[in-house]
Amino acid sequence: MCFADFPARLTGILLGLLLSISAAQGFEIEDRRLFEATDERTRLSVISTADLDVFEPIIRAFQASHSDISVDYVVTGTTDLMQALYDEGASFDLAISSAMDLQTKLANDGFAQTHTPTASATLPTWASWRDQLFAFTQEPAVVVVSDRFFPPGEAPQNRDELIAILRANPELFQGKIGTYDVRRSGFGYLMATQDSRNSDAFWRLMEVMGRLDAKLYCCSGDMIRDVASGKLALAYNVLGSYAVAQQNTTDGFQIIEMSDYVNVMSRTALIPRTARNADDARIMLDFLLDLRSRKDLVAASGLPAIDPAALLANPSLRPIRFGPGLLVFLDSLKRQSFLRNWENSLLQN
Amino acid sequence: MRISGSIRRRLFIQLALVAAVLSLAFFLVVRGVAERAAEGTQDDILSASATAIADSLRSEDGRVTLDLPYSALSMLGSINEDRVFYRVVSDGRTLTGYADLPQPNVPPRISTPSVETLTYRGDEIRAVSVTRPVGTGVNAAQVVVTVAQTRQGLAAISRQITATATGIGVGFFLLATALSLWAAGSALAPITRITGSVTRRGPTDLRPVQANAPDELVPLINALNSFMGRLRASLSRTEDFIAEAAHRVRTPLATVRAQAEITHRKLNKPEHKQAIREMIRAIDESSRSAGQMLDHAMVTFRADSLAQDALDLRALMEETCDRLAPTADLKDITIRRDLGPDPVAFTGDGILLQAALQNILDNAIKYSPDDSDITARLTLNGSITLSITDQGRGFGDTNLSDLTTRYMRGANVGDIVGSGLGLTIADEVAKAHGGRLEISPNTKGEGACVSLIFPRA
Repeated sequence: MCFADFPARLTGILLGLLLSISAAQGFEIEDRRLFEATDERTRLSVISTADLDVFEPIIRAFQASHSDISVDYVVTGTTDLMQALYDEGASFDLAISSAMDLQTKLANDGFAQTHTPTASATLPTWASWRDQLFAFTQEPAVVVVSDRFFPPGEAPQNRDELIAILRANPELFQGKIGTYDVRRSGFGYLMATQDSRNSDAFWRLMEVMGRLDAKLYCCSGDMIRDVASGKLALAYNVLGSYAVAQQNTTDGFQIIEMSDYVNVMSRTALIPRTARNADDARIMLDFLLDLRSRKDLVAASGLPAIDPAALLANPSLRPIRFGPGLLVFLDSLKRQSFLRNWENSLLQN
Repeated sequence: MRISGSIRRRLFIQLALVAAVLSLAFFLVVRGVAERAAEGTQDDILSASATAIADSLRSEDGRVTLDLPYSALSMLGSINEDRVFYRVVSDGRTLTGYADLPQPNVPPRISTPSVETLTYRGDEIRAVSVTRPVGTGVNAAQVVVTVAQTRQGLAAISRQITATATGIGVGFFLLATALSLWAAGSALAPITRITGSVTRRGPTDLRPVQANAPDELVPLINALNSFMGRLRASLSRTEDFIAEAAHRVRTPLATVRAQAEITHRKLNKPEHKQAIREMIRAIDESSRSAGQMLDHAMVTFRADSLAQDALDLRALMEETCDRLAPTADLKDITIRRDLGPDPVAFTGDGILLQAALQNILDNAIKYSPDDSDITARLTLNGSITLSITDQGRGFGDTNLSDLTTRYMRGANVGDIVGSGLGLTIADEVAKAHGGRLEISPNTKGEGACVSLIFPRA
């Protein structure tokens, strides 16, 4: 992302605005920018977990065809987004999140509006739920390995191999493993819980990583940066789309899709019940669902669009399905016990 | 006869009404059964889910805890995309789930889950609750697990079922209606058949109806046959009566006339002779009138059932002239016969034709002056014309078409006695044979020409 063309004056105003909102609201805003329309008619407020530089090309393209809609883009974390809409009743016109489970809970508990997309005929049935929650990307959780530790061709290809390599070389990997702190990251929690459903190897892996004093991160970007710099040998459950985007500019790491299974998450969008400008939100939502047909935007944003063919071609890709099952790990007792297990495995010191 | 509705229409309407009632019943039953099945499916899955959660309850250090099974909620997403709510309550304290989810009004028992339809967060939900004691002995806690789901999927299924059931019901109704139309027609076919067979009968055919009749029509056919039997008997009695009456009236009149003539001869005083002559004239007129009335009655009767005799009209004409020649002689009237050389074949009722000719000729004699000519002519061209031309007084100013009306006589009959039936009889006979009576003034001088015109066979 580039702030150079952004007038300093406006940045100052925005910062002031940011601070004032932060003071009033409980959820934490990480970033915010107003994309002013050339001739503003309405303003669309979007709360999203996607970074500004990822989403900027999409918003610019959207405004190219809808020049009268200003977009107020607010970046926050997955849990903050949930907190804003679920607990604080904040008003946003569109909520975009990578935490499918939290989005599912919002829709299930009646915090979303129904929308019939114009492209509903071509949208795969699994890509929407209740006509309220819509998936528009398809992003695998990958393992990122440092070239310094794994010469090309020597990286582990599945979880059993990974466990074996880590066990065999504890002194080499001590403190050099990174993964999400599932207590802080909704995306990390979703991936970890899906892992625990998919494979028994997950808890063994956590155990091994705990023994190697794994480093815990909030975000994929930091993990990729540390792997690329050689500070980490390996990061587990990194958002594949970010890794691919980073690889374009940074050397020193490889992206591994595990061959036993790869969790595939989707970014989802919903129109909150509190939306004040639902009409424009529907236009934006339809635009997002049409991302498949905009190869240029896919490339510019680094957000892989829905691609049913890819899922068919690679059976190890396990897309996370919508449905009430996603509510299970949001259950307070379930979450407590999962986090207890996770802490017991990972925080051994 | 007053037409009071149609059996066919009534039958059709009744059958269609039955079909409508059956279609409606069918629709309600199908929808009821299908909706109950759909509802049952949802209830079963909710029960399975609640049971799966209850099975995962356990006691840890005297506290109830739960490891919510993934399948317990994911199975609810398998049949629809309805919203899912759950709540686990241990001894009145919410352990996990939606704390505001209503508890069942009827507490579930260990063996039987309670199933209720409630309203939660503005939506109708189906809630299944199961109860389970957790822990041991006196510390055992009663845990109630409630799993609920909105019913939009059910509503969608219900709409689909309703649409399908409506389609089938309407189709069934239309089919049944078409079939009842056919059935009504088919049920009434025997009536049409019998009606046809009765209508096609000739005018004299009074034989019993023999057509095949269904049970229900047998009484009607029997009644019809019995009626025709009585009609036949009545007609034959009428015929007998006419013959009998003719005989009984004419014979005594003839006797009276004979006696009067004898008396006339014996009397000497001219005023007495005159009185007896008046009497004889009256007797003649009575005899003539009686004869004509009986002729007319006979014509009316026989015309309904016209005999089909093979006749020779020339011979018939000759015979009539012969029979009336003595009467004509009394007035010195010559009957000229212009009848041609050959017989003229004709099919008809000889008695009626003779009666017609006799009446026409008798009229001509009656109205002709003494010592005149009457011409009887038989001509054949496109049709057969039997004409009697006289030199009498004609019909004066009378409208010629009125003369064939019963008891209507010409305007210039004067002192001549008559019943006014002669030409009526002739006209009716002509019509019965498909012909007509033509009355015109004599084209050659005074008098009239009365013709019977028949089509040639």
